[in-house]
Amino acid sequence: MSPNQKLFIVIVGCGRLGSYLANRLSSEGHSIVIVDINESAFDALSAEYSGFRVEGDATELAVLKQAKIDKADLVIAATREDNINLMVAQVAKKLFRVPRVMARVFETKREKIYRDFGIETICPTLIAGDVLLESLMKLSVITEKGGRQ
Amino acid sequence: MNILIVGGGKVVYFLCRTFLSKGYKVTVINRDQDECTWLARRLKVTVVYGDGSDSQILEEAGADAADAVLAVTPNDQDNLEICQLADLRFRVQRTLALVNDPDNEEVFRQLGITAAFSTTRILSSLIEQRAGFEEITNLIPASEGKVNITEVVLKETSPVVGQPLIDIALPENSLVASILREGQAIIPRGTTVLQDGDHLIVISLPENLGQVLKALTGNMK
Repeated sequence: MSPNQKLFIVIVGCGRLGSYLANRLSSEGHSIVIVDINESAFDALSAEYSGFRVEGDATELAVLKQAKIDKADLVIAATREDNINLMVAQVAKKLFRVPRVMARVFETKREKIYRDFGIETICPTLIAGDVLLESLMKLSVITEKGGRQ
Repeated sequence: MNILIVGGGKVVYFLCRTFLSKGYKVTVINRDQDECTWLARRLKVTVVYGDGSDSQILEEAGADAADAVLAVTPNDQDNLEICQLADLRFRVQRTLALVNDPDNEEVFRQLGITAAFSTTRILSSLIEQRAGFEEITNLIPASEGKVNITEVVLKETSPVVGQPLIDIALPENSLVASILREGQAIIPRGTTVLQDGDHLIVISLPENLGQVLKALTGNMK
């Protein structure tokens, strides 16, 4: 994604991650449609958010069509449920031929399986785990023996 | 045959009973512990407690030895993942899923699931078949429901009786393929005049079946 290129992005799930991404990407000038099953979830969007909101269940094809997923340059699936994210990602990629599709997956086992299927997955558990382990390693270098001194 | 069912409720109970009576070996995965106990006490099935879209649970339930996996949870997304894992990880020959959204029948097929069934579609087709039109004697969805073959009996009140086929304003994507008249099958031409009591074999797309029936019977239902 080059800095000047303006994209049409569909984000599914307006939780902490979805709303954060929607606010950031919208302020950078991208066109956003955000989908959530609960209308109250859209309260997390900032006053500056200039994209569209679609209230509905993303496992329903009509809802994804309403969000214009067929026109999207990028789809990000960020609901709290792994299986919804994986389903939305596959529908976006295989049925609507969206060029770039990303899914958040919490469960580490699932993450690996779907990466093997060619779905781009992001696993917060692995990311946080790796960062924690890395900082632990640094700490043990400082304390040399690794234990409490 | 080895069948693995993921889901719960009465549907699963009766499915198990049906399969057991045919002599199949049945395993059930259910995420409700009480229901697992209940099933295991009543039926000779292997019950595994857990999330069926977790590959470890599928493995415990013997997915690699299953001939068919049936995913009947209330959530389309879970049924999709269960069937995909069964297909891609455990090489299960046949994967069948229940879907809520009728559009997902097609979605699931494109994503590699052997068959997807929508209760909505089945029920509405049954209603069209039985309840709405007494003139319809038979309705067969062909090619996985993409085309309907319907048998319609013309009554004297029908607006098309006495008219040649060419003058009948049938909707697009529909065809009167054959007429059964007094026990004889006729392949009609445009000049064939329709008569009271004719059985018409009509081929149409599911979406315009309603219009076709309206045109032929005059009913608004």
